[in-house]
Amino acid sequence: MRVGILFSRIRLEEKLIVQALDARGVNYDMIDVREAVFDLNDPSPWQQYDVILERCVSHSRAHAALQILGAWGIPCVNNAQVAQVCGSKLETSLALAAAGVPMPQVKIATTEEAALQAIEEIGYPVVLKPAVGSWGRLLAKVNDREAAEAILEHKSTLGSYQHSIFYIQEYIAKPDRDIRSFVVGDETICAITRHSAHWITNTARGGSAENCPITPELDRLSRAAALAVGGGVVAVDLLEDGNGRLLVNEVNYTMEFRNSIAPTGVDIPGRIVDYLLQVGEAAAVWPAATAVPHGAAA
Amino acid sequence: METVNCVECAGEVEIAEDVMVGEIVECPECGAELEVVSTHPITITLAPEVEEDWGE
Repeated sequence: MRVGILFSRIRLEEKLIVQALDARGVNYDMIDVREAVFDLNDPSPWQQYDVILERCVSHSRAHAALQILGAWGIPCVNNAQVAQVCGSKLETSLALAAAGVPMPQVKIATTEEAALQAIEEIGYPVVLKPAVGSWGRLLAKVNDREAAEAILEHKSTLGSYQHSIFYIQEYIAKPDRDIRSFVVGDETICAITRHSAHWITNTARGGSAENCPITPELDRLSRAAALAVGGGVVAVDLLEDGNGRLLVNEVNYTMEFRNSIAPTGVDIPGRIVDYLLQVGEAAAVWPAATAVPHGAAA
Repeated sequence: METVNCVECAGEVEIAEDVMVGEIVECPECGAELEVVSTHPITITLAPEVEEDWGE
């Protein structure tokens, strides 16, 4: 078994994954995606790997690399489809809606005028999100029409063309917390609640984490959301509405977990590596992509 | 020379005595660029170089 770890920055998460690989005596290479060159006529340098774990911090680089590796039949965790769906809030919402997974109401518009109409149809406040983005960046809670007009103009004028696709989400008046569950394969391995007095509860923005018991409903929705985006190793962000109903907000495909190991007591990097090895072993026994566990196929 | 822990990998980062607020230092273990935001005591944070598509 030979494993490739595709990365662009060594965070604590990558170090913990490497420790888990070492503990299992796995042979692996660290591959910096910024230095990688993919010769589309010569996949041989990459075919030494039974499986590749993608841990890039850049979505566009990760997605491009996964597309190539997938086309060459090299199993990846996660695969290009999962990266594509999770990397776009629009595609994530489409996938969740198609699977019947409960989520906040979302409207998409392509002009400022249509966006304003969509915002007023939903009713204030709403949340404007970039179609691509993470860590709670560039989110805007829009409380009234004046703010809506200003933010829409700013996005159109100052943003790149992607910001002219307006992703407008119903604001969920959640308690001062949200839930993040971790799904590996077909199992919800643990979950945390993220607390913050700010409406953005992302731990990347300073939210604190506590263990969250996995209720049957949380388990069901987490696995349904993971399946909807293509499976693999994902972190599902959920919100509780005023009636205590769970709604899936986002799904992350290169999840960070440093703040979640201690509160949950779950060896998240170990579980990721065990799953990775399963995918590699399955691909070695059944080289056809169709035989690889769901969500991890090339 | 003073040593602080990298906020990215928890590795040890040596900070020169004449370091200035706003200076960028590199973690020798993980390569992260770190910004010194305070010198008394020495406090570091990740340098603001995040690209738009970065995330998880």
